[in-house]
Amino acid sequence: MNNSALITITDLVKRFPMGKREFTALSNINLTFNGGEFAGIIGPSGSGKTTLLNIIGSLDVPTEGKAVVLDNSVGNLNTRQSADLRNQYLGFIFQTYNLLAVYTVFENVELPLLLLKMAASERRKLVNQSLEWVGLTDKVNSRPAQLSGGECQRVSIARAMVKEPKIVLADEPTANLDAKNSHHILQTMEKLNADLGTTFIFATHDEKVIQYLKRKISLEDGQVVADEVKG
Amino acid sequence: MLALKLAYRNLMGAKLRTWLNMIVLSMAFLVIIWNKGLLNGWDQQARRDTIDWEIGGGVYWQENYDPYDPYTIEDSHGRMSDVTLKAVEDGKLTPILIAQASIYPEGRVQSVSMRGIDPAQALLDLPANKLTGDNSSVPAMIGQRAARNFKLNVGDYVTVRWRDVNGTFDAKEMQIVHIFKTNVSTIDARVVWVPLADLQEMMQMPTETTLLVTSQEAGFQGSIPGWIFKDHYFLLTEIREMIEMKSVSGQVMFLILMSLAMLAIFDTQVLSIFRRQKEIGTHIALGMTQRQVVALFTIEGAMHAVLAAILAALYGFPLLYLQAKSGWSMPEGTDDFGMTIADIVYPSYSLGLVVGTTLIVLITTTIVSYLPARRISKMNPTDAIRGKIQ
Ligand SMILES: Nc1ncnc2c1ncn2[C@@H]1O[C@H](COP(=O)(O)OP(=O)(O)OP(=O)(O)O)[C@@H](O)[C@H]1O
Ligand SMILES: [Mg+2]
Repeated sequence: MNNSALITITDLVKRFPMGKREFTALSNINLTFNGGEFAGIIGPSGSGKTTLLNIIGSLDVPTEGKAVVLDNSVGNLNTRQSADLRNQYLGFIFQTYNLLAVYTVFENVELPLLLLKMAASERRKLVNQSLEWVGLTDKVNSRPAQLSGGECQRVSIARAMVKEPKIVLADEPTANLDAKNSHHILQTMEKLNADLGTTFIFATHDEKVIQYLKRKISLEDGQVVADEVKG
Repeated sequence: MLALKLAYRNLMGAKLRTWLNMIVLSMAFLVIIWNKGLLNGWDQQARRDTIDWEIGGGVYWQENYDPYDPYTIEDSHGRMSDVTLKAVEDGKLTPILIAQASIYPEGRVQSVSMRGIDPAQALLDLPANKLTGDNSSVPAMIGQRAARNFKLNVGDYVTVRWRDVNGTFDAKEMQIVHIFKTNVSTIDARVVWVPLADLQEMMQMPTETTLLVTSQEAGFQGSIPGWIFKDHYFLLTEIREMIEMKSVSGQVMFLILMSLAMLAIFDTQVLSIFRRQKEIGTHIALGMTQRQVVALFTIEGAMHAVLAAILAALYGFPLLYLQAKSGWSMPEGTDDFGMTIADIVYPSYSLGLVVGTTLIVLITTTIVSYLPARRISKMNPTDAIRGKIQ
């Protein structure tokens, strides 16, 4: 990895087809993320935060320019390679948690490890450790429907963290949570960032999140208008 | 393995729908296995009975004989050669002479096929040894169907009228000495059995016969001039065709149930792919390729078949087993349609039948599950995650 940069984005443009015309969601993006960052992409609704996060997460590809994530150029990966990249190095946290309703908490957190073809005993150890990080060891056998929103989001943090990824991408993780729960999960993530050195990148316009960020990248109409590091 | 495990978890999570699909599918399973088993059992019993009672190891037909054309009966007889007579003596062959006759039970005329058989024969299960009596009348035996039709009982006398070899009409008293019970209707309905020697004398055809039935064990082999050998394949054609016809109606039932089950599974798949977009997107975000997700959903659908098979095994196989033990009672009067059928048919299930049916159901279910699941590979993961595909 060059200069410890985990993510390098150069001259990135993203356009979506809109009927016969095209809509430019992102343009002229140049950004670098290093290991251990606790950064946020902030901006009003429609500014392109989710689009940028999806490209970093190799769920989408740039129209122009490059996004290199852990030495992989997102636009050049085949589906297998981008799946492997996500599987091994990336964790996702969604606004709506996206837990699998028919699975227990344990099974939800275990899923990424199953995809990594890890042995059962190893999986058990890691799942329990991850649930300990988020403080949910007493809910292993509950199903998502039996949990509060805050608890669900903690499960999804545990699921993102269980394989100790290099980067966690969190899109509006607090949008469905009250203040108390928002602070709780942010403190949890802050601690994981400090203890494990995992890079966190948020997409948010929530002030409660923004106050925790060590770096704020402001987007407006698909362009970076500010990039400030705290302190 | 992973896909199997995940698919199982998903299915078990969606309890009601899974159960409904499984129950219909397991019924389709059982219907086809039961129906086929019953027909197999019927087929085997009918063949066994026909062989034991009527055709032995195959039959030599006098060359003019045609059971479908009663006018040929008059000419369908020939004298047995010494070689043939020797084989008869050795128990390798037994002759049956056939003549057209009329009997007059309760004064009504009934045309029958009068057949002469050697009372000493042991080649067929037909109880020819019962054909004894005083010399005042011809001893005759009939089957239960004929007895019912003609309202004749053991001990009854009945007048028989026939035309001998010279075309002269003659008549005689016959006494019913025995009524036998058989599943083979062709030797029962409208057939009267008398001792071969009596019939030969009545017809004035000494040492003549129409049929020569071979023994099942070490039967006569080789050709007999004037007679044509008919093997099992030929003689059992009717049974085979009847079973084939019957199995069609079973297959129709199977097809209906299968279609219902497949429709339900297809519907479940379409619905679940539509409703579970977020889940699909999440799987992709967690590191599955779209093809893996397609496989996951396909296996999940196909697993209905596996679970249905297990369910069918749980509630169905004990039922089928019991039935194979105690048999299936055929409706009253089925045998009057001229079919060879026992009162109770014992279904016969083979491993091939069970495995074959399982494979058919499994493959069909997999295809039906795959077709809707294919759509996943065309989904945009970012849209799927948000669940916004319409
Ligand atoms: N698949 C798509 N097809 C067409 N347009 C899209 C698509 N995805 C996003 N857009 C458009 O791109 C722009 C940026 O969308 P994006 O979701 O990145 O915004 P956002 O900053 O995350 O907004 P929000 O805060 O509301 O989540 C929006 O105008 C949106 O309509
Ligand atoms: Mg967004």
